[in-house]
Amino acid sequence: MATRPKNFEDRIEQNIFGFFMFAALLVSIGGIVEVVPLFYIQEAMDYTEKTDEYGNVKNEKFPELVWERTFTQDANGKLVSDKALYKQDSHGNWGVADWKAGDGVRPYTPLELAGRDIFLREGCYICHSQMIRPFRDERERYGHFSLATESMYDHPMQWGSKRTGPDLARVGGKYSDVWHVMHLMRPQNVVPESVMPAYPWLAENAISKSFFGTKRDMNKRLTVMRKLGVPYTDEEIENADAAIEGYTEMDAVIAYLQVLGTMVTLDDSKVYRE
Amino acid sequence: MDTTVKPQYDNGVVKYLTVGAVTFLVLGTFLGTYAASELAWPALNLDIAEITFARLRVMHTNTVIFAFGGMTLMATAFYIVQRTNGVRLWSNGMAWLTAILFTIGLLATVVTISLGMTTGKEYHEQEWPLAIAIAFVWTLYTLNFVMTIASRDKETHPNVYVANWFFISMMIMITYLYVVNGLALPVSLFRSYSLFSGVQDAMIQWWWGHNAVGFFLTAGFLGIMYYFVPKQSQRPIYSYRLSVIHFWALSFGYVWLGAHHLQYTALPDWTGSLGAVISLAMIIPSWGGALNGMLTLSGAWDRLRTDYILRFLIISLAFYAMSTFEGPVMAAKTVNALSHYTDWTVGHVHSGALGWVAMVSIGALYHMVMKLWDTEMYSMKLINFHFWLATIGTVFYVVAMWVSGIMQGLMWRAYDEYGTLAYSFVESVAAMHPYYVMRAVGGFLFFSGAAVMLYNVVMTIRTANARQESAATANA
Repeated sequence: MATRPKNFEDRIEQNIFGFFMFAALLVSIGGIVEVVPLFYIQEAMDYTEKTDEYGNVKNEKFPELVWERTFTQDANGKLVSDKALYKQDSHGNWGVADWKAGDGVRPYTPLELAGRDIFLREGCYICHSQMIRPFRDERERYGHFSLATESMYDHPMQWGSKRTGPDLARVGGKYSDVWHVMHLMRPQNVVPESVMPAYPWLAENAISKSFFGTKRDMNKRLTVMRKLGVPYTDEEIENADAAIEGYTEMDAVIAYLQVLGTMVTLDDSKVYRE
Repeated sequence: MDTTVKPQYDNGVVKYLTVGAVTFLVLGTFLGTYAASELAWPALNLDIAEITFARLRVMHTNTVIFAFGGMTLMATAFYIVQRTNGVRLWSNGMAWLTAILFTIGLLATVVTISLGMTTGKEYHEQEWPLAIAIAFVWTLYTLNFVMTIASRDKETHPNVYVANWFFISMMIMITYLYVVNGLALPVSLFRSYSLFSGVQDAMIQWWWGHNAVGFFLTAGFLGIMYYFVPKQSQRPIYSYRLSVIHFWALSFGYVWLGAHHLQYTALPDWTGSLGAVISLAMIIPSWGGALNGMLTLSGAWDRLRTDYILRFLIISLAFYAMSTFEGPVMAAKTVNALSHYTDWTVGHVHSGALGWVAMVSIGALYHMVMKLWDTEMYSMKLINFHFWLATIGTVFYVVAMWVSGIMQGLMWRAYDEYGTLAYSFVESVAAMHPYYVMRAVGGFLFFSGAAVMLYNVVMTIRTANARQESAATANA
């Protein structure tokens, strides 16, 4: 005959469904304690707060961290803003509009976002981190330590875990566009000891083509980003496909690299993180 | 004549998964060796997008962790659950479906990654259509496993054997983590954006990342250890009590460790510290498991001289004990400040992955091949040869990465007498070259061992019938 369970332990070991539930409960505790507070504690985001459903942000303690702009709905129900993220200049080139380097964290322009997608596709994060730690040597090598706000529009984040190559969190503006082209075409031509692969195909591929020649639909990508809480106006979404037309993957990757770390001007007299 | 009727088990699917696991081991270690060689000799990238280092590295991790590791876990789970509960699988058809879909899913993952289709989340690179398929397969696997246990005869098998517990906790946690970390909004069939961003994404990412190690590569393989070490050594497990305590402590504790991957980052300090403290405490349950396995052999240590399969199982426990000591040390903040971002981390991972996970799997796979095809191995000498290739390869690999990783960390923070940085970054890259070569050699040795194993397994299966017949003739 079956032995009757002697105690709680025995009961758990004999009832497989009870065991399943108990184990599921137990293993979920750690994650809940460590993950859930990060969505609510202000300190986790350097006191940067979302203020409305459009994804507007403000930071009262460290206002320099975020680029503030105001979104409103116009008469046609379209989402508009007092400041434009990007625009076409008189020569037909697309560039940032009312934002300049150091104005605070902002969403990526379509070209930068396309470049970021290429960055992910090539797996750059496997060898390059984007997260500077608060140590003297890292400060001198890479710059001020990274803040959480700086990657708040990064779906997913690219902090990385390995530095086979140097950190890229503040690489923007350190090298010229021409240097980046030469480096990506053949890294060893500019850095002989480098072990980085060459990426010559970036210069050949049009950015408007995505996987196996399918269209890289930036319009849709920005729409999805807005759903995830990255604020874009309707006009910015509508123009997204036009804004990458004629550029190569190389242009896009360089546009992305050149903006990294340039969004925020950090104040050395302030304590951003204890 | 022996009149007892042995219960029949569903062996077909286990056979398929066993051969599949060995094949993926060869493929995965080949990809790893090639990727390692690309760092030693960058010209090997050949300017081909599909095999550049970063893509190849991700193909390697997916092949070894999820294809080889996953198939080993499925093969052993289906093998163990039948034998420890005295029943056939709840659904043999579902097990076959699981095995076939899993193979397709992982092959598709490797191919799509080489083509550049990725989420950009480390260790979770499958894009959403594949991720959904794999989550579905995993659910079938879990359901089948749990229902098989539920269908056991409670008269003869009242308490569920401990090896099964480890599999269950692994299945639950992997489902949980994989689904949460994989939440994303699709843009197209080939691209999606993670639901989370920045600091929250980082924590969720490493909550998954470390528990792919903690549950997939540890709890599951401890389940394997708890069945195959006693079986191969023909001795009962050293302490049942210890296995109970060790199981619950490990299941509860491992989940907390992800935060130690984010020390000194923009993650709040308390989270990283919490991760480090629990990491330190985890030495106790980890060593509990390692000791429990090793002490099972007390009084039978001489068998290591003759039993090559047992050698694999026991050396895996030695590596397990070592890397579960190393891990908490690296999680401590002062050490982490040096080790993070360096190749020391890569060395640590491989002492666990090659030394522990692969070795214990190899031992279990050899054991299963002999039982499933009811024969001796084609060549015992080749098993011994494999053992030494694998052990020396692992030691080469791990030592190269330890030395070079610490060197890298020290070079980055070195100052000269004028108070400026002593080395540029690229000088640290140049200094890595001899170690990258040594690591590639270590990887090649390990890969060669895997190739020898595949040959031995194939020859065993091909000659199994002939040898059974000659044995039958000899007995007649």
